[in-house]
Amino acid sequence: MDLSILLILVQDGVINGAIYALLALSLVLVFTVTRVIFIPQGEFVSFGALTLAFLERGQAPGTLWLLVGLGVAAAIFELMGARRQLTPRLVARILAVDMALPIAISALTLWLAPQKLGVVVQVLLALAIITPIGAYLYRVAYQPLAGASVLVLLIASIGVHLALTGLGLVFFGAEGSRTDGFSSAMFDMGQLMVSGQSLWIVGITLGLVGALAAFFELTLLGKALRATAVNRLGARLVGIAPALSGAIAFTLAAFLGALSGVLVSPITTIYYDTGFIVGLKGFVAAIIAGLASYPLAGAAAIVVGIIEALSSYWASAFKEVIVFLVIIPVLLWRSWRAPVIEEEE
Amino acid sequence: MSARLLQVAALALCLAVPLVPGLPSFWITLLNYIGLYAMVTLGLVVLTGVGGMTSFGQAMFVGFGAYTTAIATTRYGLSPWLTLPLAMLTTGFCAWIIGVVTLRLSGHYLPLGTIAWNVALFFIFGNLDFFARYDGISGIPPLTIGSIVFSDGASMYYLIWLTLAVMIIATQNLLASRVGRAIRALRGGVIAAEAFGVDTARAKMLAFIYAALLAAVSGWLYAHLQRAVNPTPFNLSASIEYLLMAVVGGAGSVWGAILGAGLVTVVRDQLQDILPRLLGAQGNFETIAFGIILVAILQTAREGLWPHIAQLASWVKPAGRSHAAAGALAPCGRPEPQAAAPLLEVVGLRKVFGGLVAVNDVSFAVDRGEIVGLIGPNGAGKSTTFDLITGISPPTAGEIRFGGEAIAGERSRAVARRGIARTFQHVRLVPSMSVIENVALGAHLRGRAGALAGITRLDQAEERRIFAEAARQLGRVGLGEMADRPATSLALGQQRIVEIARALCLDPVLLLLDEPAAGLRHREKAELAELLRRLKGEGLSILLVEHDMDFVMGLTDRLVVMEFGTKLAEGDPATVRANPAVIDAYLGGVT
Repeated sequence: MDLSILLILVQDGVINGAIYALLALSLVLVFTVTRVIFIPQGEFVSFGALTLAFLERGQAPGTLWLLVGLGVAAAIFELMGARRQLTPRLVARILAVDMALPIAISALTLWLAPQKLGVVVQVLLALAIITPIGAYLYRVAYQPLAGASVLVLLIASIGVHLALTGLGLVFFGAEGSRTDGFSSAMFDMGQLMVSGQSLWIVGITLGLVGALAAFFELTLLGKALRATAVNRLGARLVGIAPALSGAIAFTLAAFLGALSGVLVSPITTIYYDTGFIVGLKGFVAAIIAGLASYPLAGAAAIVVGIIEALSSYWASAFKEVIVFLVIIPVLLWRSWRAPVIEEEE
Repeated sequence: MSARLLQVAALALCLAVPLVPGLPSFWITLLNYIGLYAMVTLGLVVLTGVGGMTSFGQAMFVGFGAYTTAIATTRYGLSPWLTLPLAMLTTGFCAWIIGVVTLRLSGHYLPLGTIAWNVALFFIFGNLDFFARYDGISGIPPLTIGSIVFSDGASMYYLIWLTLAVMIIATQNLLASRVGRAIRALRGGVIAAEAFGVDTARAKMLAFIYAALLAAVSGWLYAHLQRAVNPTPFNLSASIEYLLMAVVGGAGSVWGAILGAGLVTVVRDQLQDILPRLLGAQGNFETIAFGIILVAILQTAREGLWPHIAQLASWVKPAGRSHAAAGALAPCGRPEPQAAAPLLEVVGLRKVFGGLVAVNDVSFAVDRGEIVGLIGPNGAGKSTTFDLITGISPPTAGEIRFGGEAIAGERSRAVARRGIARTFQHVRLVPSMSVIENVALGAHLRGRAGALAGITRLDQAEERRIFAEAARQLGRVGLGEMADRPATSLALGQQRIVEIARALCLDPVLLLLDEPAAGLRHREKAELAELLRRLKGEGLSILLVEHDMDFVMGLTDRLVVMEFGTKLAEGDPATVRANPAVIDAYLGGVT
């Protein structure tokens, strides 16, 4: 292997790693705020990519059903939960956020999709369809379990993953899709050809990491999320609603997942179940970071991407094996540092 | 009707199923699979429902069992009966390796770790020639006993359900045994269990390996039922499905495992028929229903369906247990503390949490047959001092000597072995166990029976002695009537007394009581004081934290007063009561 092949592999690794980094960041975000180990994160990648693929073909994606269906379910949960203190204003707000919004997005999509208005509009539509699903999903599946142990929440995540994967098959069928991408430009950088798409991916990831850092450090909402992460009860006592924090974390997770899907779909074919394995690689990075540190998760994701790229060159059949077993030495190391006795909740 | 009788009736009913004339062979096949799945789910009952851990790698362990026998019988011509121990050995070893890496970490790393292992292993099975890649291995010989060949569904049915019956009995025995109590203590009682000498890391490993072994046997049977193996039935989705079965049925009881395996298998079979027709496409659409069911069960019936069914059958009497005397339990084997030195000596003890000095160079001693009170306002560092003495957390500096030997920094298990028993300010009883089982946990170090003895009930003589001892200590603290009630059904004050009985079960030399009288009524307090005086009369030394001054003043020989982590005063109750600094601390300077 010469330098040029190595460079190409590393470039591949960094691009995939950037995607894993986005996922790892949202996994850390969701876990720290809600204690949910968000296995279904990867489904948003598939949903984002395939929704975009359908829009490119001028078709209405099946995820609209999910958007409206979950919105209605969330409205019902919300109304039932607050049935003793319903005011006209509250009812109006619930109906607006959980029913009017998804219906409006759906109507807009049905109107715009056949017109094929170009990649920017399509990408924005895809993100608009997938992002609110995160909040509704939290309301319907997780909020009723907010007080449960990490283990119960994890099992619930598995349930959500099963349901969403099955729905993905219903919505998109078993065939994979690839999208056109933002840019077909190619740049010649010495020995390396760099595609415009890969610059987009790395650029957007860096931008988002910066934006997230600013959000958590500088805004009141970001600080509220961090407070919830540290101590739910304490946050509640000072007036931060854990349910709101949870909904925001899940909305961000859905957005980051869909964005990853939109970014990655021009460079690899996405099937309805591709997202799961992509999401698990984000998990490998998040676990390396102890599900706690954003910068560590981001860095670990890049390393995971590079390891994957290198092993796909040397031992392509064992690519996945190598990537997933990377966590073993990490777990071993964490295990050694773990306190002797640890009591769960 | 007794529970035991009901179990026998259920078993008989199961064995009669294939004899039903005209039963479609398809139903036998389905029942065979239910039996195989139930074995794996049974393992999850021990691991998840009882032990509070979970694994998404059970299908992988089934795969270890199946592939071991597939390779050993087809390539090396080994008899299937020889490959059974081989399969269990391989799987047990792999589980041990995985356990070493992940079990010490907090709860969610085990499921995440097993997800990674299971995904990786699927690709290893599918890509290595040794495992015949994705094609799998066929031509596995059927099981035979003499001239009987288990080649069809009906004959395998007996083998599978008999194996399952054996596993159910073994699991129930295990959970009722000394080791089983240690596993049950993992949920919500780790610190207390360690304080009574239970090696909780070992209990975790044991539950994990036990679950893996049940899965391995299921895989071994599966290979000889199918006569072929390929990687697909051992992938992550299969592992997820096993967990689904446990959650749906109810991971808290062995019957929940069987109910869950049955329900999920039948529902999946039906959905695989209906959904593709409904949706007009082929695919595993049943996962949608499974996912929604899983979340709905967690939201509405977290203990699964079995407890609700069991409630309908409340006319079944639980198998009663008598705790009659059964010979004395051997005392905890340990070197007696040296006679010369004071029993407990604390010198310059210090504990710092970040910037907070919780215990600041505190020194005191407890002599043999003495009751010493540790008093002080809230936040004075009394409970932290207890935690340091009993090894729950290590001191930052200072010495703790017990009978002249330095014990500072020893783990709480080791401290318990020396004969130091304690109770907790925040009651730490295992909620899922009865009062007497909780008390029996205190005698953990005085028993020796391991998992095998528990499974085979060879531990019964020792178990009877342990329970007789537990009953004796319960009687001593005046709660003999409560023995078989669930621990959490008692009033909080009584739960504290149960903790004292548990501590006495250790056969301690030194007893540390953290606010034993809190929540007791006046008469109960008097009885408790009487009990403690009696214990003192028997030569036991007692160190206690208490806020009730009347209780402390009348009972203790000496008092140590702490404030803000520092020792304020020490002496007999009358002297301490007259000490101006103490009055100042308690009354906030109002004199």
